[in-house]
Parts: sequence; C-alpha cells; structure tokens
Amino acid sequence: MAGSYDRALTIFSPDGHLFQVDYALEAVRKGSCVVGVRGKDVVVLGVEKKSVLKLQDDRTVKKICMLDDHVCLAFAGLSADARVLVNKARIECQSHRLTVEDAVSIEYITRHIAGVQQKYTQSGGVRPFGISTLIMGFDSDKVPKLYQTDPSGVYSAWKANAIGRSSKTVREFLEKNYKEDMTRDETVKLAIKSLLEVVQTGAKNIEIALMGEDAKIQRLELSEVEKVVAEIEAENEKEKEKAKPSQQQ
Amino acid sequence: METLFGITGKDFVIAAYDTKAVASITMMKIGEDKSRNLNDHSVMLYSGEPGDGVHFAEYIERNVKLNGIRHGLEMSPKAVASFARRELADSLRSRKPYSVNLLIAGYDVKKDTPALYWMDHLASSAEVPFAAHGYGAYYCLSMMDRYHRPDITEEEGIKLLKMCINELRTRMILNMPDFVAKVVTKEGIRVVQL
Repeated sequence: MAGSYDRALTIFSPDGHLFQVDYALEAVRKGSCVVGVRGKDVVVLGVEKKSVLKLQDDRTVKKICMLDDHVCLAFAGLSADARVLVNKARIECQSHRLTVEDAVSIEYITRHIAGVQQKYTQSGGVRPFGISTLIMGFDSDKVPKLYQTDPSGVYSAWKANAIGRSSKTVREFLEKNYKEDMTRDETVKLAIKSLLEVVQTGAKNIEIALMGEDAKIQRLELSEVEKVVAEIEAENEKEKEKAKPSQQQ
Repeated sequence: METLFGITGKDFVIAAYDTKAVASITMMKIGEDKSRNLNDHSVMLYSGEPGDGVHFAEYIERNVKLNGIRHGLEMSPKAVASFARRELADSLRSRKPYSVNLLIAGYDVKKDTPALYWMDHLASSAEVPFAAHGYGAYYCLSMMDRYHRPDITEEEGIKLLKMCINELRTRMILNMPDFVAKVVTKEGIRVVQL
C-alpha cells in the first residue's frame, strides 16, 4: 500500500513521486479531449463537448474560455477547478494591462497559469488543480502561439497537441498528419479530423474556436463544423474505395 | 481651469474635454487626453487632481473590461456609472481619496438609448441630458439649458458645444485651447476635433 505517502500532498514518496499530482493527471486523462493546432497565421482549439442532458441548457457548459481579447484557453479535467484558474488568469491579464499598459504575451500568461498550478503542489492545505490547459493566442509579433500547462506546473509550447481522454491517440494522429504552414481551412480540418478519432458522435459534440491574424476569437457555428465533418467523411469514403481494389489483388 | 462638457441627443452622446494639462497657474501641455474608453460603448472623461484622474479611469477601464470578459457581456453605461460611483465612494472614505470629477457617456445598446452620467469628486452621480464640470459650467449650463432639446441632431450638438466653447473664450480670463469631443453612438466611439 502507498501507506501515508499519498495523504499529505507536499510529501514525496520514496521513489520521488508526488502522488496527488499523479492523481491530478489522472483526472485530466478522464476529462474530455481537447486539441490545439497551429497553422501559418491561424491557431485553432477544438474540444469534445459532452452531450448535454435533454433538459439542460448547453450554453452554460463552456470549455473554451476567453482570457483576454487575444488569448483563449481550453481545458481537460475538472471544470470547477478550471473556473478558479481561469478567473485568476483573467485578473492577471487585466492587471498586466493596468501596470504596464500592454497586453500579456501568450508565454507570460501561460507561465503565470503554470506558476499558480505549481504553487498548489507545494503549499499546505490545498490540492493541485485537476486540469491541463491548452492556451492559444497571438502576440504583437503576429505569430500564432500554442502552449500547454499541466497540474504539476510544467508548461511547454507546441505546434499541435492534445490533452484529456485518449490524448495519446490524437497526438499520434497529429504527429502523422501535421504539415508546416497550413491555411485556415486546413488547420480547422486537421483539428476536427483529429478530434473525430475519439469523438464518435460527430459534429454536434465538437466545439471549435479559432484565432486569425487579427487576434480576434472566432467560434465556429455547428453548421460550419458539420460541413467540415461531412467533407472529412466524404474523403474517408474515397480512401476506402481506393483501398478496396488493392485488397483484391 | 479644466472644463468637461456632455450632451445627449436622440441616438448619440457627445462628451468633450479641453486638452490643457495644468500645474498650478502654469499650462504644461496642450494635447492631453482626459478620456478613457471603458468599452465599445462607454467613455469616461475626468478632471481634477492630475494623476488621480488617469489612475482612477484606468482602474475602472480594466475592471469594466474584466467584467465584460467574465460574463461575455458588455456593461451598460448605467452599470459602468454605478460601479464607478461605488469605487469613488469607497475611495472617498479611505485615507487618501481620489479627487476627480467625471462624466460618463455611453450608449445602452440593449435599450437603444444614449446615457450621460455626471459625477463629482464626492461621488454623487446623476443621469442628465447635458452636463458640465469646472468653471466652464458656470458659463455654459444656462446656454445648454436654452438650446438643448432631447431630439437634437449630432450636427446641432456639435454646434451647441462650439457655442459653449466660444462663450468660454470670450468670457473667461483663462486661455482656452482646443477641445476634443468623443461621440458615442450605436456604432461605437468616434473622436471629433472641435
């Protein structure tokens, strides 16, 4: 038995693990899948939306949050923890503007969020945030940015990445299909395509937000997502058709 | 000294400020911005203790922005004015209160009406059809009272402001340089040089 090592959060186990942090990562792995893809002058976040119950208002379930005009965050894990973290990040964004009259850089706000997450692995009486985040945005250099943070407080930059349930499958898919300098449509398509690897129910359970060079957050309507999904399905059919004769040989 | 004006019309508000930066009896600068856009449809004009105005207005600006992001909704001019009034009232009862007079001009997109709030450094706030702060108020409120109508057009509003400024230039012993007006409509905030 793990004994008492996994009771107090700030205590290492003899083999160098912080169990509470590992458990937090487990909560992330249970959370719904989130992908982020960076294109030439666009960056896209896609999330797997849980189907809402029949009588539930789906507008109240938000998985892609705006932190500032030019920064967007999506998370996998415990939504309630995310709310607290997002609130802290939003305050920091405005506080930064107030003190230095400049918007936060994407790296800065990522580092801040990761810093908060790290603090909750090293203080008494608290538990870590059960969320990983993908943060997208544009700095003043007009280059799309994509970052990831973990419950441990680690943060890193990516061209494309996935977190949450079956993130490994999706990441491998992205690794196989990622191309440099993708256009807006290609980027959106890759994001949706990679999500479809794990979302069986199709367009109605996919939510997409993207940001172009104008650094404005744009959310895709269901009909737009449906259109891309139909396109992908048609392509897949064609692939199958092509594959058939070669099997017969 | 410093002068702020505000006029509401049928579908717009004009808020104007003189561009003087003064220290005691010396004019330090012309071209000072005495306004902050709080969101797409609200603007705050300030006068009073130099520094206090900028600090307070930017503090309100950032909080209004934060509120907008948190709720995914723009604060109405009334909400902005109520919030600013509360912050000023709390500050008034602190060790070092802000010494600022404010005009908050905005367009309530939901109700489709313009709104103008007058607020002094004692945090008393009122919604008004037209307003003025500073010594200029003594000369111009009567003129606004005479010529203002609720259905005034934007051109007439600008004309009225120009009359007010003219009156200041003839009557006041102080040098009155350029005024800048911000016009708030349904479409957003525009700057007009007077």
